[in-house]
Amino acid sequence: MALLTIHNYLTTYLVFGAMLFSLGIYGLVTRRTLIGMLIAAELMLAGVSINFMAFNRFLAPDPSIGQIFILFIMAIAAAEAAIGLSIVVAVYRHYKTVDAEDLVNLKG
Amino acid sequence: MNAIQAPELLSADGMAGIIFLIMIAVTLAGGFIAATAERLIRALAGIVICFTGVAGFYYFLNSPFMAMMQILIYVGAICVTISFAIMLAAPEEKRKVGPTNMLSGPIGFMVAALIFGAMAALALRTKWPVLAKTAGGSVREIGIHLLTTYSMVFELISIVLLIAIIGAIVIARGGRT
Repeated sequence: MALLTIHNYLTTYLVFGAMLFSLGIYGLVTRRTLIGMLIAAELMLAGVSINFMAFNRFLAPDPSIGQIFILFIMAIAAAEAAIGLSIVVAVYRHYKTVDAEDLVNLKG
Repeated sequence: MNAIQAPELLSADGMAGIIFLIMIAVTLAGGFIAATAERLIRALAGIVICFTGVAGFYYFLNSPFMAMMQILIYVGAICVTISFAIMLAAPEEKRKVGPTNMLSGPIGFMVAALIFGAMAALALRTKWPVLAKTAGGSVREIGIHLLTTYSMVFELISIVLLIAIIGAIVIARGGRT
């Protein structure tokens, strides 16, 4: 497969989605602040969405179903970001920090 | 780039291929910045670049509508919300540097590489069955599906969004008089 025609193959998008997903996992594990973890989670969602859209374009009989699914994923991601960030702001107001290491009130 | 393998570098297809390669590079760079940058605001800039690149991928996947939605919702709404949260809750002077744990970097890299390797191998080795297309996937069809087959989910997602908005206001406002 020549390099200039790789956008016509399903595996290109699948491998790229896996790449974004694992970058998100790396960020989620190594970040120390809650906001950084949230950004990494959004990165994972982007990888998953690319997977969905690739299957939708190449394999699904009706390509509008996958697009509707991605629309729902976007709505859930927006709700998740709004709730998560409001929790982060509330945590910051209470503890004066958003560092995951300092939030140890429930630690035994 | 290898111009020998590509017979028509300056044709429409060749240009599309070049744009696709540039897009892969830009999106990966954005994702890398988002996952590794030391300052949060730079990670935010990285994820803006990454989301814009993902919108380009949607365009290549025959779906300009989702590309517009990606830019509107992710770049326009979620990233702006995150930037407000960074301004409100992550002051630069209190920032601690360095990883939380000596082992978190290597272990995180190992886990991520393992998952990537497994998923890439799975994608490359599986023989995906291709089904015959029964519809085109235009914006009109999406609208019809949303208001007939998926109307229940559509209503539910509206309620979820409403609850999320009210919940975000209640949580973020708590403790303030």
